[in-house]
Amino acid sequence: MFNNHKHLIDISEYSDSELMTILTTAKAFSQVNERAIKKVPTLKGKTIVNMFNEPSTRTRSSFELAEKRLSADTLNFGGSSTSTVKGESLIDTVMTLDAYKIDCIVVRDKHAGAPYIVSQASPAVVIDAGDGKHGHPTQALLDLYSIWERKQDFNGLKVGIVGDIAHSRVCGSLIPALKIMGAEVTVVAPGTLIPAAPEVLGADHVSYSLDDVLPELDVVYMLRIQRERLEGAPFPSLREYHQLFGLTKKRERLMKPDAIICHPGPINRGVEFDSYMADHPERSVILDQVYAGICVRMAALYLLLGGADNGLSA
Amino acid sequence: MAFLLKNAHVVDPKGALDGVMDVKIDGDKIAEVGADLDAAGCEVIDLTGKVLVPGLVDMHVHLREPGYEHKGTIESETRAAVRGGFTGVCSMPNTDPVTDNGTVVEYVKSVAARDGHCRVYPAGACSKGLKGEIISEMGDMVAHGAVAFTDDGRGVQGAGMMRRCMDYGKMFGKTFLSHCQDEDLVGEGQVNEGVVSTRLGLLGWPAEGEELQIARDIALARLTGAKLHIQHISTARGLELVRAAKAEGLPVTCEATPHHLFLTEDALDGTYDTRLKMNPPLRTAADAEALIAGVVDGTVDAIATDHAPHAEWEKAREFELAPFGTTGIECALGLVLTELVNTGKIGYARLVELMSSNPRQILGVECISVEAGSTADLTVFDPEATWTVGEDGYESQAVNCAFEGRELTGRATDVFVGGKHVLANGAVC
Amino acid sequence: MGTTPKAIIMDEVAINRAITRIAHEILERNEGCENLALVGIVTRGDLLAKELVEKIEEIEGVRVPLGSLDISFYRDDFATFAPEVHASKIDFDVDGKRIVLVDDILYTGRTIRAALDAIMDLGRPSRVELAVLVDRGHRELPICPDFVGKNVPSSHEENVRLYLKEVDGRSTVEIFDVEPGARVGSAPLGGE
Repeated sequence: MFNNHKHLIDISEYSDSELMTILTTAKAFSQVNERAIKKVPTLKGKTIVNMFNEPSTRTRSSFELAEKRLSADTLNFGGSSTSTVKGESLIDTVMTLDAYKIDCIVVRDKHAGAPYIVSQASPAVVIDAGDGKHGHPTQALLDLYSIWERKQDFNGLKVGIVGDIAHSRVCGSLIPALKIMGAEVTVVAPGTLIPAAPEVLGADHVSYSLDDVLPELDVVYMLRIQRERLEGAPFPSLREYHQLFGLTKKRERLMKPDAIICHPGPINRGVEFDSYMADHPERSVILDQVYAGICVRMAALYLLLGGADNGLSA
Repeated sequence: MAFLLKNAHVVDPKGALDGVMDVKIDGDKIAEVGADLDAAGCEVIDLTGKVLVPGLVDMHVHLREPGYEHKGTIESETRAAVRGGFTGVCSMPNTDPVTDNGTVVEYVKSVAARDGHCRVYPAGACSKGLKGEIISEMGDMVAHGAVAFTDDGRGVQGAGMMRRCMDYGKMFGKTFLSHCQDEDLVGEGQVNEGVVSTRLGLLGWPAEGEELQIARDIALARLTGAKLHIQHISTARGLELVRAAKAEGLPVTCEATPHHLFLTEDALDGTYDTRLKMNPPLRTAADAEALIAGVVDGTVDAIATDHAPHAEWEKAREFELAPFGTTGIECALGLVLTELVNTGKIGYARLVELMSSNPRQILGVECISVEAGSTADLTVFDPEATWTVGEDGYESQAVNCAFEGRELTGRATDVFVGGKHVLANGAVC
Repeated sequence: MGTTPKAIIMDEVAINRAITRIAHEILERNEGCENLALVGIVTRGDLLAKELVEKIEEIEGVRVPLGSLDISFYRDDFATFAPEVHASKIDFDVDGKRIVLVDDILYTGRTIRAALDAIMDLGRPSRVELAVLVDRGHRELPICPDFVGKNVPSSHEENVRLYLKEVDGRSTVEIFDVEPGARVGSAPLGGE
């Protein structure tokens, strides 16, 4: 229990100070992750199930490391052995897991709203590790952390999110989180990749031109283009997408000197950006984001799985 | 068996009746209507304070039998219909096997005759297997009692195919009930495209996906001369198209469901309540408001429920995996009374048009008047009864009611079907 | 817990006197400050450690390494209590060091148990000693301080707290009544 939050599903239920507590707690865990012994006994005896009903190597690995570094016992459940593949309903699967006497379920599912269903079916703490095109709160937290480390202050920070906004679970959490923290958000994409009502997520501006908005941005957040989804044909070719929306060396001259580049990974070189920008030593924080993922997930687990009393250190 | 229904407030716009009187039923017919009728030989039922109207017909119901008896059966869903105050329902053809030939029509009718609590008017499919490819045996179905044609649940995708259905089928004089959904535009849409689809991260089902086919079918009605009835209309612009078609004098009618009238997409939230997943989806408050205006001004001809029972386990799933549909036949009358009559938007006479005479006329089934000699299909409701949807469970086999928990004023108490007392003081006989 | 103390056990003068004496004792026990490092437990122990480091510098002319340790991740009551986490700050290698852990009030010993585990996860000190300003008794673990400012007999229905000028505006050790079973601990930084 973290204040009155039992789960981490809808990030918009968290206040700016609560999000900041998660970030400062993540900072403390960052120290643990930099030690020779990267483990603390905090969650000793707790059992956490990573219920990944759709494949996701990165997010699962990050959660698993975070859990292990907190000394929790972890169980990876899902993949091709998923019982839903065998016809079992999600609710029945969750009730089965509960019979193992578990404390927390980390849910990744291709269907929006699945974490809520899990939270209703189980007394365990539920953390959304990405549900359909809906949300991905720990991704949003690690993005906030990475931005915070570089920019210190979110107030008035201009963040541009470029790419498949419409089908992005990342945006469903990141845009509301940035708004809670006081940032200004512009979404940039062709019309086929803009959701029906971007303002509902909190986007302040919509642009079809990367060149137009680039000079304003403090943070350029490139979203992954799903090569595998291209048969839906939201744009004619990767080549044209790269020409119009790719962050290239040529476009760097349009950027603020201290603007940074984020990406949730995995990156497509030659699509979202060229290698020069992806690897940019000053601007790219892509690998920092990967590292931040462990820290914020440790923080979220620590805060949610701790006692109800959010008291004082003794 | 003879009944004397005493002191009922009889409302029948056709006979221009609106006052307290007695109605005597003898056998399957109304024997006499008037003041202080002789009770000799009759079971007397005092209906003081209650309203008696020509039997209500729900022209859009999924009975699920044959094929989907785990969701509902002709027995269970006509039981629910009677509890809701209906004397008849039009059954949709998306059964298994599809009701696309005389044999299945005959089956539905025979099961209804054996197990049913009210009349069942089967609609037959426009196309074989609801596939939108080959015209179904409409003539055979009509010969066996089909009252209308529809590919409800999908709609006929090809304009050419829809035209062939209408051109062929018009010789039978039946109405084409059209489910308007352009599959290419709607795709896997789950909820109304816009605010809710964005917030919940669900694929959008745009209003235009419905409006395109409404416009198309109106054009085809003009082209073919066939009678067209737009099912479960859900958008303001779609209704505008129907309004214009009527002004043009085309044989076009439409129905609206209680859920599109009295619920909006705003009800959908982070709980992903699958009871609120229906097709077409819940639209905006502005759409619902326009539909209510259409009900009041006559553009909407009928209120029909699209009663769609599902097994509990089918709905207890991820939103995107749960089937579309809500039940509604048990609360439709209560909703119309509460939301439209008690608020002064419409009177009882308009209610009778919307839920009895217009559906009967569109389906071409017997029209009922509260007069001597008419078939005794009658609905009685208590306009003062207050109740909460779902508080005592449902007569339907299914529990997927989007209105669960809604507090209503007005509920059916008695139903007579062909003179048979099938709902007596709120209990299905 | 009552907001008014029922007694002030140590005033600023007494606290400073105790710090001076402990600094001398640390130097005496360790025969100088070679390999010596002080690690204070947040919150307040870290501030005491800083004062001790300054005192040692006054005496020996050498500034020994100073660290602060947050033990939140090592507590044994996490199931009922998730404390606010503060960053630890230990910029030196603890391997081979003579570490003096510094805390304000020694009570059950559980904080020190957690601190020992936390230190061990950072490396392998050659030895660890414990300095506390107040020992109020009631140990629940076999832990014994090496350096004590003042022994204060107390009951379970009491809490003893250190306030420091730097963060609290006054330097005192105060004793309060508490409800039986209530959590006791340091005063929050920045007031109640």
